[in-house]
Amino acid sequence: MDLRFTPEELAFRDEVRAFFRANLPERIRTKLAEGRKLAKEDIVTWQRILNKKGWAVANWPAEWGGTGWSPVQQYMFQEELQLAPAPQPLGFGVTMVGPVIIAFGSEAQKKHHLPAIANLDVWWCQGFSEPGAGSDLASLRTAAKRDGDYYIVNGQKTWTTLAQHADWIFCLVRTDPQAKKQEGISFLLIDMKTPGITVRPIITIEGGHEVNEVFFDDVKVPADNLVGQENKGWDYAKYLLGRERTGIARVGLSKERLRRIKELAAMERAGDQPLIEDERFCEKLAAVEVELKALEMTQLRVVAAERQRTDNKPDPASSILKIKGSEIQQATTELLLEVVGPYAMPYQPERDDDERWNEPPIGPEWAGPIAPTYFNWRKTTIYGGTNEIQKNIIAKAILGL
Amino acid sequence: MDFDLSEEQRLLKESLDRLISDRYAFEQRKTYGQNPEGWSRELWSQYAELGLLGLPFPERYGGSGGGPVETMIAMEAFGRALALEPYLATVVLGGGFLRHGGSAEQCVDLVPKIADGSLTLAFAHTERHSRYDLADIETSAVRDGSAWVLDGEKGVVLHGDTADKLIVTARVGGGRRDRDGVGVFVVDAKADGVSHRGYPTQDSLRAAEISLAGVRVGPEGLIGEPGAALPLVESVVDEAIAALCAEAVGAMAAMHELTVDYLKTRRQFGREIGSFQILQHRAVDMLIALEQARSMAMFATMMAAEETAAERRNALSAAKVQVGRSGKFIGQQAVQLHGGIGMTMEYKVGHYFKRVTMIDTMFGDADHHLRALARLGASPARA
Repeated sequence: MDLRFTPEELAFRDEVRAFFRANLPERIRTKLAEGRKLAKEDIVTWQRILNKKGWAVANWPAEWGGTGWSPVQQYMFQEELQLAPAPQPLGFGVTMVGPVIIAFGSEAQKKHHLPAIANLDVWWCQGFSEPGAGSDLASLRTAAKRDGDYYIVNGQKTWTTLAQHADWIFCLVRTDPQAKKQEGISFLLIDMKTPGITVRPIITIEGGHEVNEVFFDDVKVPADNLVGQENKGWDYAKYLLGRERTGIARVGLSKERLRRIKELAAMERAGDQPLIEDERFCEKLAAVEVELKALEMTQLRVVAAERQRTDNKPDPASSILKIKGSEIQQATTELLLEVVGPYAMPYQPERDDDERWNEPPIGPEWAGPIAPTYFNWRKTTIYGGTNEIQKNIIAKAILGL
Repeated sequence: MDFDLSEEQRLLKESLDRLISDRYAFEQRKTYGQNPEGWSRELWSQYAELGLLGLPFPERYGGSGGGPVETMIAMEAFGRALALEPYLATVVLGGGFLRHGGSAEQCVDLVPKIADGSLTLAFAHTERHSRYDLADIETSAVRDGSAWVLDGEKGVVLHGDTADKLIVTARVGGGRRDRDGVGVFVVDAKADGVSHRGYPTQDSLRAAEISLAGVRVGPEGLIGEPGAALPLVESVVDEAIAALCAEAVGAMAAMHELTVDYLKTRRQFGREIGSFQILQHRAVDMLIALEQARSMAMFATMMAAEETAAERRNALSAAKVQVGRSGKFIGQQAVQLHGGIGMTMEYKVGHYFKRVTMIDTMFGDADHHLRALARLGASPARA
């Protein structure tokens, strides 16, 4: 057992860090550091910078642009991205549909889609959940009926993140209504410009527009857009959902948030001293830091185990990382809420299309995003499989209960 | 020892519950929020007609002679409704200063107008640097003949954008955080030198940043003893805290009901999700938190008029801690148990969650009051 990284690994981390320092546009870095929303253009710009460097799709196979990095390097890259803070490459393309196409898609699909995913020329969204299929995803009902060279798709997807920006959607659709529910599902790629597709915004409680409903009304999808085999979609979905996504615990993000909390607590005075010198506040901060350190160590153990892993099977420990990681993320938003105090209250919505605000801030200039982030991040224990479902997974897969 | 409501109080509660169910459905609330002022003047007149606006004032000034329990009943109903109208600001806070520190002339002049709905008030106290310290005041009040001249900046003034008059705290003497030297003044919102910047709040209410530049206040605008008014401020704020605790309980009760209902109707995996034991236990945990909060809101109500200031302060801080904690737990879990829909603007649960979160930022969050209790606990006076 040895906590130290090798000199090569440390040099790698320095290289990544230096690249981000030199190439991450300041306006993007500032937005993330301040908890403000990124515009579509920000995410595209940054991913293209990464792609030019060859780093946009780091854990893809080399032939499709992957870097061939070790699990430790993949982990460090993710960590440095979050610490910068820099945007993640768009997950729907890079960590979801891309790897599924690589593992199960045709050569034509790989050639057609993969480079565009890497360079974010094509923006993908994920059509999985439905109003009646949340935790019980396998009960989904959006249907795809084969008709000659096409599938005719009818149904509705929900919680479709950033569908308002999307060019393509990857969908789980029911192709065999008679089969057992997990065995009648296919994985279909659909062009968002196909006639019959309607996107309706869902506004979340802090006032933001991140998620949508997507309606399919007799949408004609070329049969060539089927990934892999018909009725095997649930296996591909499990592959997608279970892949160890280094960084799922968002340790770097929470580290960065704690840094921000300390920075602001040093400026904010409570009585005759800055909040950062208040004993009770410091204890609470320290308690979260301990939890985060424990999570970081757990994540490193998972990364180390990955080095020995020969199969492609998902590590059930990723459920632990998701549970703890999301709770710690939420804890950081609570600390920030405490720091801002009474000035949590003014509602200062950001405009999606503007980089700068026209109006002077109300209260401290960092106050605006604090309460909205607290409200918005309640989603972290709900999305990607609720923490309750994650515990079911652990109980079954690790404990055999 | 008695926790029952009187017959009259029960009638008040029933008529309020009826009003809320007739006029404050979620869709109706949305339309009130779209009014330029952010709330419904028409409903405000209805409140006047029901005697709500005069509820805690003595009958000789046009009130109903009600006490903290009546206010608790009203505030819980408003919490359930997620009401947008400036009841706390006008009747509890502004009105509280008149009740506890106003002269007969001031009460004769202002209380009937509050009671009939023609006058609204706001309490302009918090400043950029003050956080939750009631004594932390930089706004100054300088004597000029028989008048006072006020200068300063007030922040997060609830309903400060539409109030006709502002109750303003300003320092007539002393250092920025001294307990001595605080004065309270009634300022006309349209007086020379008063300007404001109004804005919506996270929980769909309205507030304002208020600037006072050379604002003249005559002797008729003075409330209480200038320079010795901090105890008055503390007693009015304690009444407001009790009221906020009741409002929060209304919101928490509604969230709990919505959640249990959802657990009974939402089906996944071929069964209603309320059949999963983990969610049953969570709903029970929420119930425990709700009842603890309700108990402390009642305790706060009964202690709000406590004569010994230290005992009153202690009780109200304890209540604010409990309500803050319960509000956070119930709010967070209500959203969690609703899954994705709990996160949407379209659904009511998120709005209740935002309201209890904001209540926690008013007059001291749970942590602030916990610190206060810890300090009081160490004080020899409690022996």
